[in-house]
Amino acid sequence: MIPPLIVDESLHKGLDIIAITDHNATANAAAVMEAAHGTGLTVLPGMELQAQEEVDLLCLFDTLEQAMSWQSQVTPLLLPLENDPEHFGPQFVVDTEGNFVREELYFYQGPAQISLEEAARAVHALGGLVIPAHITRPAKGLLGVLGLWPPHLEADAAEVSSRLRPSEARHRYPFLPDLPLITNSDAHWLDTLGQVRTIYSLAAPTIAELRLALHSIDGRSFYVP
Amino acid sequence: MQLKKIVAELDLKVLAGAKQLEREAQGCYIADLLSCVMAGVQPGQLWFTLQTHLNIIAIASMLEVAAIVVTEDAPIAPATVEKAMAEGVVLLSSAEPTYETVAKLIQAGY
Repeated sequence: MIPPLIVDESLHKGLDIIAITDHNATANAAAVMEAAHGTGLTVLPGMELQAQEEVDLLCLFDTLEQAMSWQSQVTPLLLPLENDPEHFGPQFVVDTEGNFVREELYFYQGPAQISLEEAARAVHALGGLVIPAHITRPAKGLLGVLGLWPPHLEADAAEVSSRLRPSEARHRYPFLPDLPLITNSDAHWLDTLGQVRTIYSLAAPTIAELRLALHSIDGRSFYVP
Repeated sequence: MQLKKIVAELDLKVLAGAKQLEREAQGCYIADLLSCVMAGVQPGQLWFTLQTHLNIIAIASMLEVAAIVVTEDAPIAPATVEKAMAEGVVLLSSAEPTYETVAKLIQAGY
């Protein structure tokens, strides 16, 4: 999963927008954004935050500055542990060609000590999008961990598994609020990149346009194929 | 066993529901994944957990749990305590880990 291969695979699969969302980390977004420069592929910098409830939350931004600002809020809230590369794998930061830059030593696997609700407010304050990830998964999925939808969580959408149509999800979880349900590939390997996707009709590949599309405003729209 | 006796035997802090300690509890359930709790907990049971999200109150209220016991002094947001008061849910806190807390309960003849 080095930047030029991610870009090539995305273009090959016909994707227009991807987001880089490492676990509690954003350091690799810059290299993929740079690798995509001039190719027509838009790379949104983001993070899959694990909140203190041990629920994963996708945080998506337009710019590296926003993502780095969010990282600077999250890093001090991580568990004060060092990563053990033997158990959890090494955490490499790479450049735009995929060359080794450094190894991150923070323990990015664990939860950050911030509640879901606080995290959502902070990401919104930076102009980002908040999407609870794989909500029906028993581990780290919002419904698996918290059972019910939290009443004060300001989310822009929720991500459901590709094995569950949004209509089925609403049927199975009737207490889900009236918010957009989308699917993403959550790709950890090149071959799964773009296998699952959501189609958006946008005027430009930006967070503001995605927000309009999620709410079907001004002719923007989305659907899960 | 009456909640009042459980609070005394286990040296628990009463965060909400001080007026409902006459309530009887029978059996207990231990889990932090709320989807498991929704499927497994029975009315009238004590529920031991480290989870302190607001949703624990909704679930305890809905499933008529006798009391929630948050262990290891896990920090509880004021909103969760306020919600417990509003919903009439008994919210207790133990300084000890779950195993030690439950062991004391068993020793007390629960």
